[in-house]
Amino acid sequence: MTTDVLPEVGRPARARAKRFARPALLAAGLIVAVWLPNGIYTGLAVDLLCWALFAVSVDLLLGYAGLLSFGHAAYWGSSAYATGLLAVHLGLPFPLAVLGGALTAALIAIPVGFLAVKRVGIYFAMVTLAFAQMIYFIANEWRSVTGGENGMQSVPRTLGSADLSDNYYFYYAALPIVLGGLWLAWRIVHSPFGRVLVAIRDNPARARALGYPVHRYKLAAFVLSAFVAGLGGGLFALAHQFVSLDTLHWTTSGKAVIMVVLGGIGTLWGALFGSSFVVVLEDSLSQADFASPGLLTGGIFVLAVLLFRRGLWGSVAAFFRRR
Amino acid sequence: MTNFLEQTFNGLVSGSFLALLALGLAVIFGLLRVVNFAHGAIYMLGAFGAYVLADELGLSFWAALIAVPLGLAVVGVVLERAFIHRLTRLDPLYNFLLTFGLTLILQDLVKARYGVQSSPYAVPSALSGSVDLGLFEFPAYRVFVLAMSVAICVGVWALLTRTRIGMVVRAATERPELTRAFGIDVGRWITPVFGFGVALAGLAGVLAAPMRAVHPLMGADLIIVVFAVVVIGGLGSIFGSVAVGFVIGVLQVWAEAYAPESWRALIAQTLPFLLMAVVLLWRPAGLFGREETA
Repeated sequence: MTTDVLPEVGRPARARAKRFARPALLAAGLIVAVWLPNGIYTGLAVDLLCWALFAVSVDLLLGYAGLLSFGHAAYWGSSAYATGLLAVHLGLPFPLAVLGGALTAALIAIPVGFLAVKRVGIYFAMVTLAFAQMIYFIANEWRSVTGGENGMQSVPRTLGSADLSDNYYFYYAALPIVLGGLWLAWRIVHSPFGRVLVAIRDNPARARALGYPVHRYKLAAFVLSAFVAGLGGGLFALAHQFVSLDTLHWTTSGKAVIMVVLGGIGTLWGALFGSSFVVVLEDSLSQADFASPGLLTGGIFVLAVLLFRRGLWGSVAAFFRRR
Repeated sequence: MTNFLEQTFNGLVSGSFLALLALGLAVIFGLLRVVNFAHGAIYMLGAFGAYVLADELGLSFWAALIAVPLGLAVVGVVLERAFIHRLTRLDPLYNFLLTFGLTLILQDLVKARYGVQSSPYAVPSALSGSVDLGLFEFPAYRVFVLAMSVAICVGVWALLTRTRIGMVVRAATERPELTRAFGIDVGRWITPVFGFGVALAGLAGVLAAPMRAVHPLMGADLIIVVFAVVVIGGLGSIFGSVAVGFVIGVLQVWAEAYAPESWRALIAQTLPFLLMAVVLLWRPAGLFGREETA
């Protein structure tokens, strides 16, 4: 069989360029993040935040551990439900509700990840997809808790006496959580743990020979990734004040994968770009009453897989590396 | 007892669809190492093909049973040549992603044309009655579906084990490089085998049209159950995929019939995935699969 051809990551660019490029990028990203709800309508801005976390969580696995999870909606959605339940029944302030949701997602990821990491490659994708479908069915049948097909309505978002009913203020209230999640992802990737993941991705046999417990590393990455996805899913539930069964559906998992591939596998910036691209695209399609968004996103995705496998950010990064 | 046998028969019929889809998936995977996500969408196209032929051209079920799989085989050949072929040298995940994208496109195309409500398709008149199976009466059409799928599975098995073509395909599946070294042109079999696997999915779709709701998303959730089936059976094993397909069908119908009332739907729906979990714990390579490298 041909060997792994997923794009390389972590290749040290020239040191001097890197020293200036990184902080400049970071500053630009922060400025955009702070300005965003003043430039586009606020609901869209909040959606961009949530999906950014989701895409980053998928890329954490695909780009750095070489594991394609095709069932990440399970964590995004289960956190959305858990966050909703915590907010509705316990009236928790929203950051705690989101934290509880993300922890629930991580908890669910432990048994699923334990089973899934026993397989690699395409099997891993199928196994994660299958378990996510199981969770979807459970949520669908467990109507007394989840509301079944009707979803969970009027999820409150509270923080002390602050009025967060306006999405403009909710955006700024949610931003620290999102930045925290992104920082966590960045920290994971650039830690010794992250380097071992990359080593396992590139040569599992050698990593095992060096004494690394490969399965345990993958499981840890899976659970951490589910936690990050859960942060996004919990915020998504609060942003819409509604949790639908769609948050658990495999098309939602697929959407996150599309974002990562379009943005560029193995680059956290790519996941941000890819998610923004897809969210804005789908938003403008629905504004224009375009009835078949899958046609366009599916088409762009097919073209990207065929012709443009480095993705948006990957191509830009490769261009600058070549100079 | 009679009721139990009847339910088991129902399960075998429902397993027929899983087995046919798993068979196509396994045949394609064997030679191409491609997991065809679009397999469920092709199944849906098969059902819609039968519906469209009847609705617009007035063609009978029997004509559709031949024409639709042939037509979809051509579609499969075109897809393989135009898209899948370009990615076979890369990580197999890329073709998984590609066929996922194709699934979204196919589903939305059908949705845009025929809407999301189910389109009606009548059972062919020759099979509208029921058959006396000794202990119980059973709808003739269901007997036909079961007989067809068993015949096809046995036929494919005979093709693979008793013919020269089958020998080449099996050799190329197990040791592609070695087979090439013997001077056998493995590449020329790839496109026909893909077309064949796609035709099997299309055939399953035609068979499903009179029995199940013809709907743009009818294959979407089914394909994930089929994924669980092939993980349980071992994707490399054609026998395993087919056998597990039938077994899961039977178990699901049993659960629907005999599980406690309020748990029925949940148990029937989650059962394939729970079984998959058990198999992953016990035999990660699948019941009939071999351990993959790495």
